[in-house]
Amino acid sequence: MSAKLSHDARVVGDLAAIVPSATVADIDRLRNLLADRADQEGLLDVAYRTVDSPFGALLVAATDAGVVRVAFEREGHDAVLASLATAVSPRILRSGRRTDDVARELEDYFAGRRRAFEVAVDLRLARGFRRQVLSHLRDIAYGSTESYAAVAAAAGNPKAVRAAGSACSHNPVPVVVPCHRVVRSDGTLGQYGGGAEMKAALLAMESRAVDTLTAI
Amino acid sequence: MEPFERVVDEHGPAVLRVCRTLVGPTDADDVWSETFIAAMRAYPRLRPASNVQGWLVTIAYRKAIDFIRKQRRVAVPVGDLPETRPGDALREPADDELRAALDALPDKQRAAVVYHHVAGLPYAEVGAVMGTNETAARRSAADGIANLRKSYSKGTKS
Repeated sequence: MSAKLSHDARVVGDLAAIVPSATVADIDRLRNLLADRADQEGLLDVAYRTVDSPFGALLVAATDAGVVRVAFEREGHDAVLASLATAVSPRILRSGRRTDDVARELEDYFAGRRRAFEVAVDLRLARGFRRQVLSHLRDIAYGSTESYAAVAAAAGNPKAVRAAGSACSHNPVPVVVPCHRVVRSDGTLGQYGGGAEMKAALLAMESRAVDTLTAI
Repeated sequence: MEPFERVVDEHGPAVLRVCRTLVGPTDADDVWSETFIAAMRAYPRLRPASNVQGWLVTIAYRKAIDFIRKQRRVAVPVGDLPETRPGDALREPADDELRAALDALPDKQRAAVVYHHVAGLPYAEVGAVMGTNETAARRSAADGIANLRKSYSKGTKS
């Protein structure tokens, strides 16, 4: 009986042995093929990747309509992906193809080589007045700033200064939609999802680049 | 609901083991892809409390059996088929014998062996995905291993 059992154990062991265990490289390779095929078959609702920046890794996510989310490291990328699964779709895969353009534009922007983002933006995570505010933000030129009051007025409701501030602080696509260019009427910078230091650094970088150009 | 990326991370390796066991290492990649494309298509409609691994390995098992049957239809003239047994068309020299023995098992035993011993599902979940129960699943897997032992040892001792 015990011989029989040990023989059974050997069969089980041999069964496991005929299958080389899946390596990380195997799964990575298969996952990349899966993402490409899912994209072709219209199943990839959200594609994402991370982009290095001087302010830590940014998570960048895109639907077929455009960039839907840029998230700072401090937001916790796992938490951001979980909320995208609920708010947009759980069909989310890491994939370079759809996010290559925005990644390149972000790298150029942080290197001081780019002033405007050309990639399509999908504002589906913002509604109503917030969405109007965000649409307006793309008109604020590189190197310049606007007050929350001016933004509220430009978005069609001069009294909604607090709501304009709230729209900026909930901006789903920071950097690409430049909420960092909105400051308080008294000239202080106000808050920023990436941290007040990052906001100051972005504005300083932009103003330096503009000064350089003017000096030439 | 978890992002599908997490599902691939967590269960991709177990699904690949199932595919490799049933169709061999060469064709396993295709079956793995078919499995995850089908799963991704259905994923948003999956009920929240579902056992994701059980769900995936049953898809993989079915895709593997479909693949093997299709291969055989291509490889062998139809009238010559004695009885459909998955895997006859697939031969990897090193593991040929044990896989052949696995292929020869009745479907229920093969499924139970693969779900428990290859995919690592506990017997209670094997019972659930097979529409029976823990006791029946345990018995099917034990019968499967006993049958494998008979055909397999015949081969090794000759």
